[in-house]
Amino acid sequence: MLEYDFMRMAFAASVLVALLAGPVGWFLVLRRQSFAGHALAHIAFAGAAGAALAGWPPLFGLFGASILAGGAMGMPDQKAAERDVAIGLVLSLAMGCGVLFLHLMTRSAAVANALLFGNVLGVSPQTLESLAAFTLAGLVGLAILSRPLLFASLQPELAEARGVRVRMVSTLFLMLVGAATAEAAQITGVLLVFTLMVGPGATAHRLGLSPLFGLASATLLAVAEAWGGLALSWWTDAPVSFWIAVLSTLAFLLAGRVTALRRTP
Amino acid sequence: MQAEAICCENVTVARNGKPVLSDLSLSIATGQFVGLFGPNGAGKTTFLRALMGLLPLQQGQIRVLGQSPGADMSDIGYMPQNRSANGASLTGWDLLASGMSGNRWGLPWLSRADRLAIQEALDSVDASDLAARRLGELSGGERQRLLIAQALIGSPRLLLLDEPLASLDPVRMRDIAERLGALVKQRGMTVLCSAHDINALMGVMDSVMYVARGHARLGSVDEVMTTEALSALYGAPVEVCRTPSGRLLVSADAL
Repeated sequence: MLEYDFMRMAFAASVLVALLAGPVGWFLVLRRQSFAGHALAHIAFAGAAGAALAGWPPLFGLFGASILAGGAMGMPDQKAAERDVAIGLVLSLAMGCGVLFLHLMTRSAAVANALLFGNVLGVSPQTLESLAAFTLAGLVGLAILSRPLLFASLQPELAEARGVRVRMVSTLFLMLVGAATAEAAQITGVLLVFTLMVGPGATAHRLGLSPLFGLASATLLAVAEAWGGLALSWWTDAPVSFWIAVLSTLAFLLAGRVTALRRTP
Repeated sequence: MQAEAICCENVTVARNGKPVLSDLSLSIATGQFVGLFGPNGAGKTTFLRALMGLLPLQQGQIRVLGQSPGADMSDIGYMPQNRSANGASLTGWDLLASGMSGNRWGLPWLSRADRLAIQEALDSVDASDLAARRLGELSGGERQRLLIAQALIGSPRLLLLDEPLASLDPVRMRDIAERLGALVKQRGMTVLCSAHDINALMGVMDSVMYVARGHARLGSVDEVMTTEALSALYGAPVEVCRTPSGRLLVSADAL
């Protein structure tokens, strides 16, 4: 399958996406913000559809909308319970807008399909370049942020007392989530961003690894699931996103078994 | 070393725009173990946060270890009251490790000195067995022992403990209180420790700070925990009784 150009591109794109989605997802699960990550994907969808309607590259709208929305989500100082409702409302509004934008476009079906369910087999060299740039920037950003982010996630009040700017850290992190979401949407589509971002992170947490090992294994899992999905899709002709979703769930269930076995030796 | 660890002059602190403590003037001598008491919402946590510069003062001045609040946190160990439930899959060790230079940018590496400091703090409150356990599997009391250990990392000169004994069983409560008392005496630390049950700190603390209705009274147990002093503080008749065994009971008889 690697003799084909589009497959080589797809494998390259998946690894770029997974390298950022894995560690970002680990933090997302740690902070119990996976719902926020899900919402960002829907906002990214609206952004991409809006950009397509305006005649801009959808990628531009995808990244722009999700990074801005990530920043906006970190701003308000609300209690978690209220935030859930607020995120849910924004999510549905974004999805509604996306539907409207698609409706207003004449060639909506293909665009909608690619946005919602991913189009990793149609990745262009330009897209690959922008993915590489965002992954590199995202990883550098996360590396710089990881120490205070870990502290603020586990002990927000103590972190604040020790001079961590908790609000700023959490806003920057959500912007990173936005970038990772927009990237993952290239492969899995916005509806299945969860599989590549939250799946590996949740599996790593289930294995009970310490932070650095957890981050590394979430990254490796994300790469393995993305590549596995591509290969399985090649052999079975089923969509890539389907296989990634299956692998992601299997890995999570398997991690539960492993943990259970380890506890009863 | 200055004789006063904490000095407040005419301090008024507000929370969400409402003054919680008004015109507070007191000083706490170095090496004192002060128990901080008062009803819920009276301003115990607000006072501790103000000492760390986390709340702006409406008026007055605070000096903590000779400096303005929040200027230097390296000599202050803090144990907050609200405990985040995040990180259930991480271990006790990971929790303490996350706080080591957690305010610096970069990857969360630990130096050798960091590791030794964590281990020493864990040993000092007999919490080494909790280091390998997952946070999600710890009881509230076990988690608290870890957080007390964390506050002790680096041998700070001032400990600010917000309800460190909450949700501990009575035996454990007494054990932790005595262990803490011995440790801070040995290291010459100043401690401000809020608690609900005054009896848990009897014999351990040197003085009592009682907060109610925006005011506070600082003094020895015998000075503060009297019917007259507490009635004046509450502005309502409050009765303080001492049982033959020395336990204190506070009740409002007018209710």
